[in-house]
This record gives sequence, structure tokens and C-alpha cells, in this order.
Amino acid sequence: MITTLQKGILACSVLAMVSTTQAADVSLSGAGATFPAPLYQRWGVEYAKLNPGVQVNYQSVGSGAGVKNFTQGVVDFGASDAAMSDAEIAKVPKGVVMIPATAGEVVYAYNLPGVSDLKLSREAMAGIFLGTVKKWNDPLIAKDNAGVKLPDMPINVAYRSDGSGTTYVFTQHLAAISKAFNDQIGFDKSVTFPVGAGGKGNEGVTALIKQSPGTIGYVEYGYAVNNGLSMASLQNKSGNFVKPSDESGAATLAHVKLPDNLRVWPVDPEGAEDYPIVSFTWLLLYKEYEDKAKLKALKDFITWGITDGQKYAPELGYIPLPKEVVEKTKAALATVK
Amino acid sequence: MSEPTKPVNPDDIQEFRSGMDFFRILCWVAAVCAVAILAWIVGEIFQAAWPAIQKFGFGFMTDSAWVPNRERFGVAPFLIGTAVSSLIAILFAAPLGIAIAIFLSEDFLPVPIRQTIRFVVEMLAAIPSVVYGLWGIFVIIPIMQVIGAWASQHWGGVPLFAGPAYGNSMLTASVVLAIMILPTITAISRSALVAVPKTLREGAYALGATRWEAILGVILPTAAPGIVASVILAMGRAMGETMAVAMLIGNSSRLTWSLFSPAGTLAGLLANQFGEAEGMQVSSLMYAALILVALTLLVNMAGEWVLRYFQKQTAGIR
Repeated sequence: MITTLQKGILACSVLAMVSTTQAADVSLSGAGATFPAPLYQRWGVEYAKLNPGVQVNYQSVGSGAGVKNFTQGVVDFGASDAAMSDAEIAKVPKGVVMIPATAGEVVYAYNLPGVSDLKLSREAMAGIFLGTVKKWNDPLIAKDNAGVKLPDMPINVAYRSDGSGTTYVFTQHLAAISKAFNDQIGFDKSVTFPVGAGGKGNEGVTALIKQSPGTIGYVEYGYAVNNGLSMASLQNKSGNFVKPSDESGAATLAHVKLPDNLRVWPVDPEGAEDYPIVSFTWLLLYKEYEDKAKLKALKDFITWGITDGQKYAPELGYIPLPKEVVEKTKAALATVK
Repeated sequence: MSEPTKPVNPDDIQEFRSGMDFFRILCWVAAVCAVAILAWIVGEIFQAAWPAIQKFGFGFMTDSAWVPNRERFGVAPFLIGTAVSSLIAILFAAPLGIAIAIFLSEDFLPVPIRQTIRFVVEMLAAIPSVVYGLWGIFVIIPIMQVIGAWASQHWGGVPLFAGPAYGNSMLTASVVLAIMILPTITAISRSALVAVPKTLREGAYALGATRWEAILGVILPTAAPGIVASVILAMGRAMGETMAVAMLIGNSSRLTWSLFSPAGTLAGLLANQFGEAEGMQVSSLMYAALILVALTLLVNMAGEWVLRYFQKQTAGIR
């Protein structure tokens, strides 16, 4: 699907990038997911302070576009919330190494005056987005919120109208816990919900929630924290209601068994204290690089990112990688030549 | 080039013309480029849309399901959303815009004040779309929530006002669109009204018409083609508007009668989904883009045609 027009635009943008970064000895360009962009860009800034010869440019163009750019070979690394499918990997002749770089939670953020600690069962979580749970005082919500005065108000649902990794992770979990959701809606980067209004980007959904009392929607944890949104405790597989936090997210990650290709989703985590909707986000590297100076800079940068760089994760709303994941990731990074 | 003091001889004129011919070629190239770029864009879109055109055919425009993860693509809700949102916007903007144009073309106020008002109205066209979107989110949506809640409570039985009322809705997007297209209507209508010959106006007064009668009976009918064209061109602008609409309409592919329900437009669909689309979804979005381009081209051509045809028709009285 590469047209000549797109090629021209890409060539121009690559030229522009090269010309502005000639001062640095090595310049690494990456493109992809918007969700981890604040962290990658922060890494770029902090790493340049330590290593003035290396400049990292990360463009948050979206996971899909990131995979496209990476496949076309116009960037040094890609980034995607949905990793890469086997079919996508097959299109890259140089081979692909997927590196989990950070992780995040997707939360149910809501605006319901007077209700600060909402609990949602698995049935309610799916029911709200299926349109079967229509009012805030629905018995399905009320039974888990004894003592909370739920208003007789319609539930306004807010979702992402643009294609996004957040939607992918969110719908993947709902499809796993609810057969009806899987049958009627399914999961993908953009799906069609039978209820609600769509906002563009995390900020669009946040605006929808903030502005109308009675609205519930899904956003990234970091976004909800920064905007002071109320977040619901969600019921996990073992039946406990877990509040989204750095700790509950880390608990989930600690239980994840990483396969050899490092592509895994804790679709329905089993631990008692695990927050249910958590996902890694991946950096995409080629198996082989011809420019050895670039290769070294890239490996050094990513090694720094998954170790020292993790300390910037919590303040930006991400979950630092557990030790085992870092070890496995380092081993995978070593295979890049 | 010849000296100005020499008498002109035909050879010099020839030389002068050959210089002009080079300029003419330059203009030709520029003009052909403009047309070629349009053709190129349409060609590229068509090429990218071809898989979807083959697969869905004309059913694409009547199918109401847009489900990317199930590879079902139909744009009926977005086509209807595009048409309805721009029609409602016209409904609000046309009377207001024409009224402003009449006011500005009459001598109710001293010229400097009229010029100021005209400038301010035309400034509306200079505000970026995304700013309209933000303004809509923070100003219009809270107002619409109050109106929507009230209307759906009292007239909820009428399908047009059925609840639940969302702030991001068809009505919200239409109201903001109306403000965005106001300058188009005002500017073109005003120039049409100003172009009405003075003699016509004076003739009307001489026959004993009041100002009201002169405006309604003589000036408006004479300027009607320009006014109609302004409305059609504004419609074209409303249909293609993207950012503000994507921020305000609620981007839903459900078809409902309610004005307080979220809806979607073709331009909004493209803006939302293109970034992360793959495979058949890209083709389908390109197909949707092709339909949008065709629609706006048709509407704009209609506007230009009305303007030119009636200008010729009324040329005699100018």
C-alpha cells in the first residue's frame, strides 16, 4: 500500500530529520505508538544529556503507522502497543525483535458526583459497553456497591473514536471475560460499540468524561491520574476488586510468563491482587543493522531505557518492568546484530 | 527591448511578443499543474480504494454497518451524518448570514462601523478549525447538555429529541458548523447585494416603495443568484469540515433520529481511523474519501454554476 505520493512525503520527512540532526554523531529515528510516546521522548532527552553524541527522534504517529514505517524501513526502530502479528513480521526481510519497553494500565474512568469509589464486577464491565447496563442504579452495579448512593441516571459511555492500542487492550480483556462481548463486538484497535459517544485520543475521551456527569469511559492510567478522573476498582479473575495503581499493575506483570518472542498479553490475569487490564508496549527492532555505529547506539539506548530509564516510568503513569522481564529483554537485545 | 524614443516598428513588436509567449507558457504550466494535481490526488485515492470498490460496490453507500474488526464496511450512517449536519448548519447560518449581509449592504450605519462589522464577521473564517472544536467543547457542549436534558425530558416522545442526551451530538456539531460557515454566506451574499445597481433601488423608491419593500421586492430577488450560490458554497465547506466536527459530533456509526445523539461524518471518520487502519480498512476509508471528494466537488460546481448562470441572466439590468 505504498504509493509514490507517500514515498515522496516519507523521503522529505526523513531528509528533514537528517538535516536538523547533523550536529549529533548518531541520530536514531523511531515512529509508532502514541501511548508510550511521553516516556520515549523523555528517554531521548535524558539519554542525550548523558550521551551528547546520540540523538533520538521519536514520532508518535500511532501503532499502525509505526508498524508500516518500520516495515518500509524508513525508521531505525518502530513501536507498537499491539506488537506485530506473525503475518506482519513475515513482511520484514531483515527479521524482527520485539522488545517490551514499558507497560500501562487501562482504567474505567467515570464522572459521578458523590461516588468516589465505584466497584465494577466483570458482568457490569462488559454490560456497560454492550449497552445492556443502562442506568447507574442497575442491580448489576448496585450489588457490589453496598452503601453507595447510586443515582437513577442514564450511563453515558465514552470510547476512543480513533484506532488505538488502548482500545485493543481494553476490548481484548472484555472479549476474554464476556462471551456476549466477544460475539457482538470482538476486539481490535478500532471496534464499533453499540452505545456511547467517541472522543479522539485519550484527551478526547477525557473531555467527554469530565464534561458530563454520568459518563464512564476507558483511558490510560497516566491520563486519568493527570486529569484527576475517578477510577473504578475492577473485579479480576479471582473475584477481588482491585484499584488501578502502580502496585496492582506491577503485580500483574510479575505473573506474566514471557514467551521467546516476548509477545504476550496478560489478557485475564489470575493473581489475587492483579489489576485486570494491563499491557506491555513494544519497541520493534530489525534483527540486523548494516550501520554498526547506529546499531551500537541503538542497543546502548535501549539497554539504558529498560534499566535506568525505567525510573521515569511511574511519574509519567507507566508501570516499570519487573526484573525478570528486563533480563529476558536484555537477552533478546543481544541477538540484534 | 526597444528604446522608448525610437519609432515603433513591427519587428520590435514581434520581439516583444515572443517575450510574452514565454510568460504565457509559464502560466500554462502553472494552470495545467493545478489541474494535474487534482487529477493525481483523485487517481491515487481511486487506486487505493479499488479493492474496496470491487468488494463492496455501490452497497458501500447503503450498508449501515462500519465494523473494522469484522471487515464489514458501509458508510450509510456517515453519508447521512454528513448531509444532515451540513443541512442543519445551513438552516441556522443562512437566515443569519443573509440578514447580516443585508444589514451591511444598506446604509443603516456609518461606513466605518459597517466595515468593522464586516471585518469581524470575515475574521470568523480565519479561526483555525481546531480552535472552533475546543471552543465547542468548553462553551457549546455545556449549553447543549442543559438544552438536551430539558428537551429530552419534556419532548422525549418526539424522535428528534429522544434521550439520552449527549453533549457531543449532531446538534452541537451543527451549531458550531453554522458559525464556521457564516462568513462564507455573509461575504458572498454581501457582494451580491452591493452589486445590485443603484438605479434599481432608486427606481423602487421613486415608485413609492418603503425600504422594507425595496429590500424584499427588488434588491433580494436581483441578488438571489449570488445568495443561493453563497449558501451552496457554504454547504460544500460544511460537508468537508473535519477537525471541529470530529471533536464535537461524538463519532458514532449508529443511526438514530435524535439530534442529541452522537453521530458521524465522512470527514470525521477519515480523521479518526486513518492513522491505525490496515488492509481492507484503508481501502474502505479511501473509498469513503472518494465519495467525500465527489460530493464536495459536485456541490461546489453547483454553486459556481448557479452563480455564473444567473449572472449572465441578470447581466442586462446591471
